[in-house]
Amino acid sequence: MTVNTSSQPRPSVSASRKRRLVIELGAIASIALVLALLMPLLLTGFRLGLLGRFLALAIVALGIDLIWGFTGLLSLGHGIFFALGGYAFAMHLQLNSLGEGQLPDFFGLYGVTQLPWFWQPFYSLPFTLIALGLVPAIVAGLLGYLVFRNRIRGVYFSILTQAALVVFFNFFNGQQKLINGTNGLKTDTSVFLGREVGSAAMQFIFYLVTVAALVLVYGLCRWLTSGRFGRLLVAIRDDENRVRFSGYNPAAFKVLVFAVSGGISGIAGALYTVQSGIISPQVMEIAFSIEMVIWVAVGGRATLVGAIFGAVLVNMARSLLSERFPDVWLFFQGALFLIVVTVLPDGIIGWLRRQFGLQVQRWLGLTSPTLLAQEAMAAEESSTNPLTEPQTLKEGQP
Amino acid sequence: MLEGLVGGLFNGISIGAVLLIVALGLAIVFGLMGVINLAHGELMMLGAYTTYVVQNGANGLGDWAVESYILVALPLAFLVAALVGLLLERSVIRFLYGRPLETLLATWGVSLILRQFVRSVNWPMVIGLGVFALLFGVGRWILSRYTDWARIARWANPVVSILSAAIALVAGLVVQGAGNPTFTRAWFSTRNVDVTPPSWLRGGVSLGATLQFPSARLFIIALTILCLVAVYWFLNGTTWGLKMRSVTQNRAMSACLGIPTEQVDALTFALGSGLAGIAGCAVTLLGSVGPNLGGNYIVDAFMVVVVGGVGKLVGSIVAALLIGIVTYLVGSGTVALLLTGNEALQPVTDFFTFFATTSMAKVMVFALIIAFLQVRPAGLFPQKGRSVEA
Repeated sequence: MTVNTSSQPRPSVSASRKRRLVIELGAIASIALVLALLMPLLLTGFRLGLLGRFLALAIVALGIDLIWGFTGLLSLGHGIFFALGGYAFAMHLQLNSLGEGQLPDFFGLYGVTQLPWFWQPFYSLPFTLIALGLVPAIVAGLLGYLVFRNRIRGVYFSILTQAALVVFFNFFNGQQKLINGTNGLKTDTSVFLGREVGSAAMQFIFYLVTVAALVLVYGLCRWLTSGRFGRLLVAIRDDENRVRFSGYNPAAFKVLVFAVSGGISGIAGALYTVQSGIISPQVMEIAFSIEMVIWVAVGGRATLVGAIFGAVLVNMARSLLSERFPDVWLFFQGALFLIVVTVLPDGIIGWLRRQFGLQVQRWLGLTSPTLLAQEAMAAEESSTNPLTEPQTLKEGQP
Repeated sequence: MLEGLVGGLFNGISIGAVLLIVALGLAIVFGLMGVINLAHGELMMLGAYTTYVVQNGANGLGDWAVESYILVALPLAFLVAALVGLLLERSVIRFLYGRPLETLLATWGVSLILRQFVRSVNWPMVIGLGVFALLFGVGRWILSRYTDWARIARWANPVVSILSAAIALVAGLVVQGAGNPTFTRAWFSTRNVDVTPPSWLRGGVSLGATLQFPSARLFIIALTILCLVAVYWFLNGTTWGLKMRSVTQNRAMSACLGIPTEQVDALTFALGSGLAGIAGCAVTLLGSVGPNLGGNYIVDAFMVVVVGGVGKLVGSIVAALLIGIVTYLVGSGTVALLLTGNEALQPVTDFFTFFATTSMAKVMVFALIIAFLQVRPAGLFPQKGRSVEA
């Protein structure tokens, strides 16, 4: 129910639309070039590695923005898909760095002599590259299908995804024999394309790949959310019943977008894993998955740019603060949740878009009556309590 | 065979009782206000730490105190958690009604803060908080008395809070710098602490040769029943309970009829939080107390609420018992054990053996819950009513 004051380009004005597209593409390309070419010169290897990891996390944030910001489904279980992507890639790396007929080291500890069946396909690189996005997407689609089919939504959906997260965490933690349980899989010392993954050159390549992946995923999300499909997602978020009554099947769209979001998280997980050197069930802790949501909230929901911005910003703040004051970070993070939810519900980007223009106009004495009216309407809308029969309220509004 | 079954059932019921006592407050708050309180586990943790503090105090008073401290700890845990819950509702949650997803994030923030709070709380911090509360309260009171508060609230609120927070921070830091190490030491630190149950809760009741019912678990079952009866009586036998039920059923109509919904909300949240405190006190009998205590129970408690359906106590009861019993039977390997010896069922036995650990049992219970929700999406006892969602 957000009142969109930023004027969307009307379909009829195709020239200005084209111009905006060119501007946007230019901005993306220049930011990507700065990240890919300038940052490696400015930052030390350690800092660059951190940035690479944050950019990988920004990819998850994009996935979350797709389903939470645009579709209104708050998933607290994206750690699952993140981990699945990471494990898929880590399994390939483990197998890839072995000699013929050998097994990864940890299997020896648990007396496993034969490679479990689901490890077999990961010998192949093309399969792995597809699987690290597709496996999480399928899992997400399946979970989504079972949940959305019955019109389970809202907080119920959030709780179920969180429970699924706990379940996967338990499963991965408990299966020592299959995937090395709590210890996870190390990728540092494994070999990829003939080089050690932990080496500086390889890390730089992964950094570049992450930047490229971020651009591609951003493009994908932008494309998905800009057209009819995107408008349908927003419609589902704002009033699912009307979408259903208009003859669409919201469940199908929700399953699809959840699967896409899961796949994106899987890709992010794989990129994060190779840059941090290990994947373990810890990425499926409850706290991490909720944190992902707060990145999006800090940046601004349903803005895409906000998701990237928020993920990088919050993680940078985290690494700066927790290096120096480990205790303070948790207080700070808790406060961040409270502040974003109560004071800054549109996030930084949303605030900039809505308030900044308004403020500038007010300072210049250009406040038009329509803007004031819009602001008043937004304030009124946010103060009404949807618990009190949302249907009747909506009918009563002009 | 029979003894094994009775023992299994008892264990299942005792797990269910723990789940139920944890979920009870959650279910009430969720049912009435539609608020998912992710800080519920941390309110439990506060109850548990209250018990720990009471126990430490009792240790200095002699044997009779050590034997009966739990009777003091229970109401005290209720009070502490209820007060914190009330504060939480008044300061954060009431601004977020009708936005359940935002509430969820805000309460998670609160839970992070509470978790770190018990890790690092010490005298300077308490003094700082006291200074803040004093300055903020007095400042607000003076301003609201001598100025047109409604007009200046927009900018005065942040100014007063930031000003008092700054002074409080300085005061805390000064005390921190001046105090000696024992004074500035963290009270609980990050390590887990142990609560020793009174001796009458340590043994067990034996029945037959192999059956053993631990007293602590019997106590928890009794406590759960007591809480249920009390909540049932409160909801059905008191005026405020009537108001709460009416707000649950139709908030707008209740408001029209003059029921103070805001007060009802605050009361409900305090009640739910207080029940969390009692739950925290109860689980100290089962294990050690640490900052992460709440997190271990919260997801299971939510599952109880989801399976039970919102708005009816009986749903939570049945769901908690079902989940408890299934978790125990699968997790302890009882199902697998019952099936062994039957050649035809060997694959089924293997299947259950695979799930026969506590953590793997959770996997199976979750799968069962998802399957159950395919049949009854709104839980066991959904709220009846005419809505487009039905």
